[in-house]
Amino acid sequence: MMNKKAYKRIIPGFGLSFGITLLYLGFIVIIPLCSLVIFTAGISPGVFLETVTRPRVLSSYMVSFSTALAAAVVDAVMGVIIAWVLVRYQFPGKKLMNGIIELPFALPTAVAGISLTHLTTDKGWIGKMFHDAFGIDIAYTRLGITVALVFIGIPFVVRSVEPVLEKMDRGVEEAADMLGAGRTKIFFDIILPEIAPALFSGFSLSFARGLGEYGSVVFIAGNKPYETEIAPLMILSQLQEYDYTSATAIALVMLIAAFIILLINSYIQSRSAKITGGMA
Amino acid sequence: MRVRKNDGPVKWVLITISALFLFVMLILPLIYVIVTSFKDGVQYFVNAITDEYAKKALILTVWVTAITVICNTVFGIFAAWCLTRYSFKGKKRISALIDLPVTVSPIIVGLIYVLTYGRQSAVYPILKNLDIKIIFAVPGIVLATVFVTLPFVAREIIPVLNAKGTEEEEAAALMGASGFRIFKDITFPHIKWSLLYGIVLCAARAMGEFGAVSVISGHLRGKTNTLPLYIELLYQGYDFTGAFAVSSVLVIMAVCILILRSIFEKNLIKNKD
Repeated sequence: MMNKKAYKRIIPGFGLSFGITLLYLGFIVIIPLCSLVIFTAGISPGVFLETVTRPRVLSSYMVSFSTALAAAVVDAVMGVIIAWVLVRYQFPGKKLMNGIIELPFALPTAVAGISLTHLTTDKGWIGKMFHDAFGIDIAYTRLGITVALVFIGIPFVVRSVEPVLEKMDRGVEEAADMLGAGRTKIFFDIILPEIAPALFSGFSLSFARGLGEYGSVVFIAGNKPYETEIAPLMILSQLQEYDYTSATAIALVMLIAAFIILLINSYIQSRSAKITGGMA
Repeated sequence: MRVRKNDGPVKWVLITISALFLFVMLILPLIYVIVTSFKDGVQYFVNAITDEYAKKALILTVWVTAITVICNTVFGIFAAWCLTRYSFKGKKRISALIDLPVTVSPIIVGLIYVLTYGRQSAVYPILKNLDIKIIFAVPGIVLATVFVTLPFVAREIIPVLNAKGTEEEEAAALMGASGFRIFKDITFPHIKWSLLYGIVLCAARAMGEFGAVSVISGHLRGKTNTLPLYIELLYQGYDFTGAFAVSSVLVIMAVCILILRSIFEKNLIKNKD
């Protein structure tokens, strides 16, 4: 271990790169976030509580939370299947499949939003099928919001799980197979524990992203108060009425929720790194 | 050696499930955009995308994307260099700050910029005296887009530089090479592909940013309407064919980005071997 005090920086350019990094972060990230904190400090706790416990606000939190959670669960299941298929199997069209996974990152969310909406209304290609066959409406319901969030979140899970599956030692699976373990047993006892931290990371990223997502959701949601009104839309409508106090209060709760999800994730990641660190 | 002798049926069931899911969720929306945009004939499509406001929105989007990408690329290189080439206190905190923007809801990004530069902020009188408009103007749109896409370039380069280690750069420095020369001759060739990869991701997100920009732009037709906002405007005016026609421009851009991405990724993997 090198003595930290004795360590001298050999490569030139520390001052310049450090300075630019801090200055840029300060201007773009730190100052705006501080202004949020300062503005919040000016809101009295009574007003804050009154704002965030309005029935309409509470129901928008519920809508955002439940749809984002449902979408993240769907993404987790489908993400593992897709990652597994991409890592373990050879088949025609694999390259294409690999290439389109990131489409939700590349396609503007508003475009995805209007397209998914039109596909899932009761006259749309998919919506008509569901409407006629099961009597289920997708667009303008919470189910529709979930569909849009599944679209947004799927790459997070696939791209988190894929590298771990690639690195996995197949010897353990082979041994389990020879000892007579069934396919499901191998999956749940050997593969799942191995990919669990990465899977949780992908799950929490898509969950956090879903909580804040606006562009793809706002078209498909229909935005009925108490029914399909999401929290980001509540913030926006307060802003459009120049009610900055309410907007900030509602936003703060969402921001804290997202940070808690990511904190739990980073705790799990560091714990699993400690556990597997000894073996690597 | 194969783990399973009877991999057949399960393999194809899983592949079918994945393919079906991806087709319905990802490809069908793309096809729908293209098909619908030609629903009322080619002439309508051409009219929709050559509309004066559509052109202005496209030009604004290209400008905002270009400025954002340049800013975040320069920042990304310096930040990645700083975080991987030196050890100093507070490194983890800076790294966390770089990652923070992706986790903030776009609407909240818009909100914090309105709070920072809007009418109730402390700097507003100063800006007004200097006649600088940020909120409901192009600078605000750029700032919000820069915030949203801040980590993309840095995040792609940092792992590459970390994996490479600092020995070569240290040797060059001891032999008297300047910082710029070290970067140009030693560091840059290693990060070239991941840098391009990051730039493409950053551009994709920048041109499509909707939530943050919609808070901050003020929706002035022909002035602060980016392409995604213009699509929303058409859509809410029930000009669905027009909205999808303009969307198809963005779809084509997105597909180009995916193609570039896979080219860069191939080169990335080749470079690793």
